[in-house]
Amino acid sequence: MPGNMVTSEFLVDVDHQRCRRCKRCILNCGFGVFDFQSMTTADSSKCVACHRCVVFCPEEAITIRRNPLAFREHSSWDVDKRKAVWKQAQSPGMILTGMGNDLPWLNVFDHLLIDACQVTNPSIDPLREPMELRTFLGRKPDRVEVVPSDGGYRVQNPPENNIELDIPLIFSGMSYGSVSLNVHKALAIAAEKLGTVMNTGEGGLHQELYPYRDHIIVQCASGRFGVHSDYLNAGVAVEIKIGQGAKPGIGGHLPGEKIGREVSGTRMIPVGTDALSPAPHHDIYSIEDLRQLIYALKEATGYKPISVKIATVHNVAAIASGIARAGADIIYLDGFRGGTGASPAVIRDHVGIPVEIAVAVVDAQLRSEGIRNWVSIIAAGGVRSSADVAKAIALGADAVGVGTAALIAMGCRLCQKCYTGNCSWGIATQKPELVGRLDPDWAAERLVNLVNSWSLELKEVLGALGVNAIESLRGNRERLRSLGLDAATTEIIDVKPAGR
Amino acid sequence: MARAPQIKQEEACARLDATGVYYRELNQNVRELMASGCRDIVLDGVNGQRYIADGLMEAVKITINGVPGNDLGAFMDGPVLLVNDNAQDGVGNTMNSGKIVVKGHAGDVIGYGMRGGKIFVGGDVGFRVGIHMKSYREQVPVIVVGGRAGDFFGEYMAGGLMVLLGRGGADRPLVGDYLGTGMHGGTIYVHGEVAESQMGGEVRRFDLEDSDREFLRGILAEFSADLETDLADIEEDAFMKLRPFSHRPYGNMYCY
Repeated sequence: MPGNMVTSEFLVDVDHQRCRRCKRCILNCGFGVFDFQSMTTADSSKCVACHRCVVFCPEEAITIRRNPLAFREHSSWDVDKRKAVWKQAQSPGMILTGMGNDLPWLNVFDHLLIDACQVTNPSIDPLREPMELRTFLGRKPDRVEVVPSDGGYRVQNPPENNIELDIPLIFSGMSYGSVSLNVHKALAIAAEKLGTVMNTGEGGLHQELYPYRDHIIVQCASGRFGVHSDYLNAGVAVEIKIGQGAKPGIGGHLPGEKIGREVSGTRMIPVGTDALSPAPHHDIYSIEDLRQLIYALKEATGYKPISVKIATVHNVAAIASGIARAGADIIYLDGFRGGTGASPAVIRDHVGIPVEIAVAVVDAQLRSEGIRNWVSIIAAGGVRSSADVAKAIALGADAVGVGTAALIAMGCRLCQKCYTGNCSWGIATQKPELVGRLDPDWAAERLVNLVNSWSLELKEVLGALGVNAIESLRGNRERLRSLGLDAATTEIIDVKPAGR
Repeated sequence: MARAPQIKQEEACARLDATGVYYRELNQNVRELMASGCRDIVLDGVNGQRYIADGLMEAVKITINGVPGNDLGAFMDGPVLLVNDNAQDGVGNTMNSGKIVVKGHAGDVIGYGMRGGKIFVGGDVGFRVGIHMKSYREQVPVIVVGGRAGDFFGEYMAGGLMVLLGRGGADRPLVGDYLGTGMHGGTIYVHGEVAESQMGGEVRRFDLEDSDREFLRGILAEFSADLETDLADIEEDAFMKLRPFSHRPYGNMYCY
């Protein structure tokens, strides 16, 4: 009987006329595709199309193609569904995957258009006039009290305990363990240079990153890995992670293979043990319990802002209202396109709702209750460009969280094999020989470049809109129009259709 | 555990009357006393104030007269807390080191995610006690319960030691269901018999070894001294020892 019925996804071709037998491809492939007998050979069944070999081949001798093998067309049984059945018939387990939802669900961002000024109100040239992207995260007072001062006015009650960011963008939580220490270092270096923050994810904070404390949000998740008093006070805020967009409602299993000495020290668990994060926090079964943990953390940190991260699920607006009333300062909404190091495919691809819709309904719900100022909203899980940033903010976000885009900037090809620990780019791996491939300074520079170019684009968008501060775009749905969205969704996100 | 001093009966350097004092102010008062050098504080009239001693990182002894509220000693790293009454939910939540002694009963979710130190409860405990306890290097958290326990005792346990004595309260079962469900590290000792049907699928019963007996003798002597109780009714041979059969209970859940 055949051992493996699943056909190769990709075919690897080596042009032996060009190949100079340098064996760089053998060294670079994390998945063991290449071998050398008398010439370079490739086992296509192992290829994940991460392109590491292609990028490092000095002769451009390697080509990777999608396997053109013909399957009898079937509009209901597409090839991926047939392959899933073969895999599960072969090995009785859940199909595991990495990164974000890759199914062609409707993308609301791609059906929203941004306004611009013409004739009746002038646009602003951001090259000549200052554009304000500065963003404050945290609770704002119910009303602004001003008093006359030196011929002008002074705010009597400025917001307390807010996090000041130079840009409306933060790096999303990705744990040390799921990604390498060099990724964490790159994020911290870039966050400092950009005047923003990175988030530790739930794997604790390596001692080498404590100097970046003004640019770090530490996470407290259900496994409480690496959570202790020093850690809680090592950042500008603490985030309680309830859920993650890629896997709403389920816990995490970091396999023992990824728990080496350094990860063990940071997570504070023995080397080689699986790091199992329970699905819920077992001290949080209600909004009241959440309030209890929020205030326990505030007491333990001298009242730092507390963020609560949830996956965007069906009743997200009511849940967010509860979180605001539980005393959170920031609500982090992670949409169903959010990335992960590992998730069962059934959860990643079929659970949750888009963040575009979630942020709009949460903003509207909190405004209708008169408590929008109690919390800042961060929209994450599917933000791919500066256009998405502008649209998310216009839909009601205070800032966005970016994870996948940051990894792509560092070299990630979205091969979705993070859970194997074989990442050829040294990103989602703990193997020393692979980790060393990512230079944190090089990666940080790329992150800084990416975010700075998004900032320039954002300023252009603001200028075109005729406003000079990102604050003027927050929740400003009047500056958005929908194109090709169904009527119900357009109404739910409270955006007019184009032409109206 | 290195930071935890032994409980000594000495004259306290400060007494605070907590009657009617909001938790935030009470905790602020405690921190101020500690800043002034006081390391032995008595809180009288405590009545449900939450978060007492949360996140404290220094060796200090706090005696609590009355019933403290939820999350007593959460995230704490070093202090010794003595409760001369019952305690509520969340005692020692994610604590790192130190010791909490509760003379009476304690509620649900005791020692959640605890990584070091000791929690001794003289009476019964509620549900979900010792969930996701874990040990790391020299840090080995210990929970000893004198009475009986509810469901999910030691669920998801990743390390550390739990002892259930099951004294008193004969109308209640010794322990609830789902004992040690998802357990992948650490050891649970139960004084008495527990039906297989009450245990999680990831635990197995093992025979007591000399090292277990040595641990039990030491910890029970300490428990007996701190709670001023005679443990003559506790027989070493009556302990069941439960351990997980794998450090990777869910290693075969996935196919690629």
